[in-house]
Amino acid sequence: MSDFAESSFDIEVQPSRLYTEYTSTILRAPSKPLIILKKSLAEKTGPLFEDFNLGLLDNDLTKNSIKNGQPIGERIVVHGKVTNEKGQPMPHTLIEIWQANAAGRYVHKVDQHDAPLDPNFLGTGRCMTDSEGNYRFYTIKPGAYPWGNHHNAWRPNHIHFSLFGNEISSRLITQMYFPGDPLLEYDPIYQAVKAKGRELLISKFDLDITEPNFALGYRFDIVLRGHNATPFENR
Amino acid sequence: MQHHLKTDKMMNTMIQTPSQTVGPYFAYGLTPEQYLYDFKSLVSNRIVNSDENADLITIKGKVFDGENNPIPDAMIELWQNDGEHKFFGRFGTGTDIENHFVFQTTKPKSIEGQAPYVTLIVFMRGQLIHSYTRVYFSDEEELNAEDAILNGVSVERRNTIIAQKKAGFYEFNIYMQGQNETVFFAV
Repeated sequence: MSDFAESSFDIEVQPSRLYTEYTSTILRAPSKPLIILKKSLAEKTGPLFEDFNLGLLDNDLTKNSIKNGQPIGERIVVHGKVTNEKGQPMPHTLIEIWQANAAGRYVHKVDQHDAPLDPNFLGTGRCMTDSEGNYRFYTIKPGAYPWGNHHNAWRPNHIHFSLFGNEISSRLITQMYFPGDPLLEYDPIYQAVKAKGRELLISKFDLDITEPNFALGYRFDIVLRGHNATPFENR
Repeated sequence: MQHHLKTDKMMNTMIQTPSQTVGPYFAYGLTPEQYLYDFKSLVSNRIVNSDENADLITIKGKVFDGENNPIPDAMIELWQNDGEHKFFGRFGTGTDIENHFVFQTTKPKSIEGQAPYVTLIVFMRGQLIHSYTRVYFSDEEELNAEDAILNGVSVERRNTIIAQKKAGFYEFNIYMQGQNETVFFAV
């Protein structure tokens, strides 16, 4: 294990911190160069949630906040494999998910988009990868929504993902998009990613995981920074 | 998964999944109880409870943008591991009227002669990649003076990562840009 950030963010793939087309970066992206850090114990480790007590319906956003019926929209099942940069599976790692509803409205109180809330859809959940690094959850396909970045700006359909991996350097927050979305071309958050990495954010329609008469399937594989498949032991 | 493959000198490795912003609407998913949504929180900002440990500290601060305005939609994560205790907490700046983040934890021990510190990770709309920083403590003058990481930071910027001891808490403000820009690390 190297003491230095051997697996730092790959600048050929990752978005730059400042991307002026995404106007919020202008006042919020650090402007000075980052300082390279010799890793100490804290950087070689991170929070592990293997024992976190997931709720029974945490991995089913179509059911986990039902009040008086089923949520409206197109039911989907999303699955994939989480690996490190060597391709080794990341077992028992936590994934947090949040998204807009089918109409493109977030439950979040700040979201004032004039589209209906769905009383039966909160739009958040969690799942854990299995021993092979595979995960799966059910949800409703999120809608596109307008935002204030520029005239007639619309976010493509997307699901937010938050992952931890084994050390704080493998921490990842990303967004999964859907194949063939015409809004991707105009979305500065997606376009901020370097050309080499963009396609990795688009899930693939997956007929094999599609459940007959129930839900369309999408595959979204995730590669976390780092080369360590197992947590660092500091005993 | 063919599209993930790249050829390296030594081995096939995978291309990192690109980072994307946490956006403005993370609260009901990532900090639901703090923002009063009906979903169980993963963790809170009160990492250590008063009945468990007498040695509590509070770390408190605001996050400022390039125009020195406090940021109301940042999410801060705290991680500390001194070999004895591993603590993780998370807090959004949107529920405090002045947009503070607050953590209640214990002060980490010094290990291997280093000055004690905790790691903070900053997420927010307008950050396509999260930012890592460290919180050192102003009442650890001797260890701070000899710490290799602190000494690797220019004198003018060193104070940006040293929390100042106040009555009852340590103050640690985060400046994303400008003259007082906080030191962020490549982790």
